[in-house]
This record gives sequence, structure tokens and C-alpha cells, in this order.
Amino acid sequence: MTLQIALRHRFAGFALDVAFDAPPGVTALFGRSGSGKTTVINAVAGLLRPDTGKVTSDGLVLLDTAQGVNLPPHRRRIGYVFQDARLFPHLTVRQNLLYGRWFAPGGPGVGLDRIVDLLGIGPLLSRRPGALSGGERQRVAIGRAILANPRLLALDEPLAALDEARKAEILPYLERLRDEVHLPILYVSHAIAEVARLADTVVLMEAGRVTAAGPAAALLSDPETAPGLGLREAGAVLSARVSVQDDDGLTLLDSTAGPLWLPRVAAPPGTRLRIRILAQDVMLATVRPMGISALNILPATVRDIRQGDGPGALVRLDAGDGVLLARVTRRSALALQLAPGRPVFAILKAVSVAQENVGAGG
Amino acid sequence: MTDWLTPDEWRAVALSLRVSFWATLVSLPVGLLVAYALARWTFWGKPLLNGLVHLPLILPPVVTGYLLLVTFGRRGTVGQFLDQWFGIVLAFRWTGAALAAGVMAFPLMVRALRLAIEAVDPRLEQAAGTLGASRPWVFATVTLPLILPGIIAGVILAFAKAMGEFGATITFVSNIPGQTQTLPSAIYAVLQVPGGEDRAARLVWVAIMIAMTALLLSEWVARVVARRISGQ
Repeated sequence: MTLQIALRHRFAGFALDVAFDAPPGVTALFGRSGSGKTTVINAVAGLLRPDTGKVTSDGLVLLDTAQGVNLPPHRRRIGYVFQDARLFPHLTVRQNLLYGRWFAPGGPGVGLDRIVDLLGIGPLLSRRPGALSGGERQRVAIGRAILANPRLLALDEPLAALDEARKAEILPYLERLRDEVHLPILYVSHAIAEVARLADTVVLMEAGRVTAAGPAAALLSDPETAPGLGLREAGAVLSARVSVQDDDGLTLLDSTAGPLWLPRVAAPPGTRLRIRILAQDVMLATVRPMGISALNILPATVRDIRQGDGPGALVRLDAGDGVLLARVTRRSALALQLAPGRPVFAILKAVSVAQENVGAGG
Repeated sequence: MTDWLTPDEWRAVALSLRVSFWATLVSLPVGLLVAYALARWTFWGKPLLNGLVHLPLILPPVVTGYLLLVTFGRRGTVGQFLDQWFGIVLAFRWTGAALAAGVMAFPLMVRALRLAIEAVDPRLEQAAGTLGASRPWVFATVTLPLILPGIIAGVILAFAKAMGEFGATITFVSNIPGQTQTLPSAIYAVLQVPGGEDRAARLVWVAIMIAMTALLLSEWVARVVARRISGQ
């Protein structure tokens, strides 16, 4: 299912003007607070009527201001997960989950048992929302949206109100959702780690405009767009498979960029993963270094170099079938005579890859 | 027990209960609509509607009774229309007493309902919409259950006000024993007779007991409902 979105809207002091397609899979709307991401999904869900715009889902027109079409939210069937969960306080968790079922047209869709199992909310069913933690509430909200049998799931920063531990608790559920319930997802976030773990497509927004859009792996490791994500956060996304679990607490991954040793990844061999390697964690050498503590040394070729305004440069590397980003100083780039086509070695400390940057692969 | 109050006095008590019951019941749906409109909609003439609703609270009850008489009396515009087309006569009937009580209680009910509706988070209603519920369903499944404590409060207030209504009632439907004589009018009537203080005191006791029972009952119901919808 492809969602086509074109919107223009004016608030006091803010103008939104966006047009993009959301192909099947997870499309992340990424940008700073105030860049207009929530406005976009509110308009898609029918909670906001834009000045002009058109939203179609596989040919079905949800909104077309030129034709005077504006389906009300309840007829658009966009499963909306709000930042603040918005569970109904007078209903139990089970009643909340089944609320949309009353109105869902057609077949039974995904079953309650399956969603309860997928989101791990079985023990909560008879409780009331007031007695739930933030993370539990958000999981119930996600289940409620899916069980309403929507044509599309829209998540508005579902993790923003949660602390790091809760985020880490929910992200695996969202990954399972992406991989097991084949619903298109529109995911709003300003956290690059979430986007890198979940998104298939990224739409980069800034001040009400789309500055870049495309497949997640390519867009996140593109030196042109990476600075827009925040230089410290720039990094490449690799697909990988768990290969060997070693006794000394390390896991060997078979990644698209080559074999990688990482601190223990709790998953059986064969599990598909998606990992993000931050550009600032990658060192470059022109000869294979000897007597070095870093465990990962990958042969690579420089594809291009982007000079920033500051003293740094962002180097994109082709390594195996994957792409890596390395952030080095301009001085180093000059000293090593880095240029497109030059073979180098990318060096990565095993311990530099944080847990939050290792997720289930889709 | 039966000779504790005279038959006319018993009839006054029963009539008061009946009048208050119908006044409350009929004004509830209208009150819900008006309160919802005042709380949630923006429309031309909203301050005017708000003023109109509150008028009986501010006007002397005799004035409200007089206005009811000229509007709904046999020669009033609406009264004539109702009489000719539907055969409904309100003036000097218990139904007229119910109308007077309802009009007087209306502002109190609307105020309670409006506060309750304003306290409902519209974002919850929005969420219900995205889950497929149309406006009427959102109201029935989200708004209504959440304002239930407010509805109970409004109903009790309106019922109490209707029980105590005197000025507008006596002006509009007079004080006919067995027909339009409510508890307050009965107390007023016995006090006009020399030596009627004893009988008045007994009627006052009845009034106090009804009021206390209603109040305690409503407190209890409100607590049960509030616990159920608090989400705990």
C-alpha cells in the first residue's frame, strides 16, 4: 500500500508545504520538534484540515481539498497511536483494546490473542489504564490501534514521553510489529536511533518542508543528508545476521560490510539484525593496523568525502555490500590523502556499538 | 400514620415528587444538548443562549411564572397552539407545575452538565474517532460515561430545585389542592390559616426527609460512579 501525501497549511508563524509518498513498510517522518511532522500525520488521520492538500491511499481519496473531499477520521481508518496513549479511563485494558472492533468493517483482522501475545500485555487485560505504567499504556495504545483493523498505522512519537529503559522495552515490540503484522506504518520521531532501527523509508523534515526522502539505509548513510540528522548522530545502517556466540561474551555478526565482533547480542545464530554504526566511532587507516585493541578491521573503499564547515569531514565507504560512514578531521583526510576510490581499512571498537543501536532486522 | 397528614397533604407530597420527577427527566436531554453546545460548539448567538438559560436563576420567580403564564397560558401564543393542535393544557394543571419547576431548575442542571463536559479531555474523543467511532458513538461511548458524575450532580440539583420551587409555580398554576398544590404551596397554605403551625411543621419534616434522602443517595451513587470511571 502506498500513501501519497501533498499538503499545504499555514499557522501563525509557520508554513507547512510537503509532498511525499510513503511506500509499504515503515516510513519515518524525521525532524526536530516543530518541523511539522505531527501536523502531517494529523492531516493524514483527519484530525486537522489543511488549507490545501491531497491524501490518497492506494487510489482511495482520504482528502482532496480541490474536490471538496474530506473524510472524517472515523471513516479514514488510520490507527493513530498518540504520544500520550489516550486510553479510555472508564474502560478496562481489554475493553480499550476491543473498542475499535465495534466499528471495524469487514473481516476479523488480527486477533486479540495474537496482539496481546505480541505486545506482552496479557497480565494487564482486566486492569484499568490508571493502574498502568507509561510503557504498558503505550503498548496497550498500540494494540488498540491495530485491533481497530486500520489500513495504516500512524505513530506520533510513541516513545517520546518514556524514559530510556521504557524505550528499550518497547522498541523490540515495534520491531516485531513491523516484521509480523504487515501493516504500513507512518512513524513520527525526532530520535535517530529509533528511526534507524525501525524505518524502511525516511522522510526528513525541516521547518515545514521535506528536505530529503528515500530508503532508510541509503538516506541515513548519505553524507549530504547525514549532517541534517545531527553530526554526532550520523551513522550508517547495516543488515547483519548472528553468526557465532563466543564464550568470552562477544558475538560475531555476519554483516553486509563484513564480519563484526560486538558485545553479546542476546539472539540465536541466524537471527537477522539491523545495526547502526556511528560515523564518529569509525577510524580510518591506509594500511592494515597491527597491534591494535580494536577487534573489527574491515577493508573498504572511499566512495566520497563531504567537507563540513567545521574541522571535520564525513567519509562514505563501500565495505563489502554495505556502506559505512566515518567522521574524521580534515587534517587526517589530507594526511591520508583520502580520495574517492582509495582503498582503506575501517576500524571499529566492538564496545563502541551501543545496545540501542542493535535491533531486529526486517 | 395515614392520619398524620391529611389526604390533601399526602396528595401535595405525591404531587411534588411527581412534578419534580418529570421536570428533571424532561429537562435532562434538553439540558445535555444545551450544555454540550455551550461547552463545545462555537455559533452565532451563543452568549444569547447562555443568558437565556440563566435567566430563571436571576429573575424573581414571580416574573418567570408570569412569563410562563402569558406564553403557555390558555390565551398565550404557545398555550393556544398546544391546546388547539394537541389538546395539551398546561395552565392550572400539574403538567404546568412540572414545566415551571423544570424551567426554574434548568440553569442549575445546565451548569453542572457544562462543567462536566468541559472537564472531558477532547483528545480522548479524538482518539475514539480515529478508532472508527462516529460523532454520536463517541458521545455515547466516551463522553457520556465520563460525564456521568456530572449528570448525577445535575439531576440531584435539578430535582432539589424542583421540589422547592414555589414562586413561579404558584404564579403559573396557582395553588389548587389535589391538582397543583405542591409541598411548598401546601406549607404556604396551612400557614395562612390561624393555628396551622403544627401541620406546617409536619410538612416541613417531610420536606427535610425527602431532601436528605435524595442528597445521601446521590452522594453514594456519585462516589460509586467516580470510582468506576477514574481508571484505577
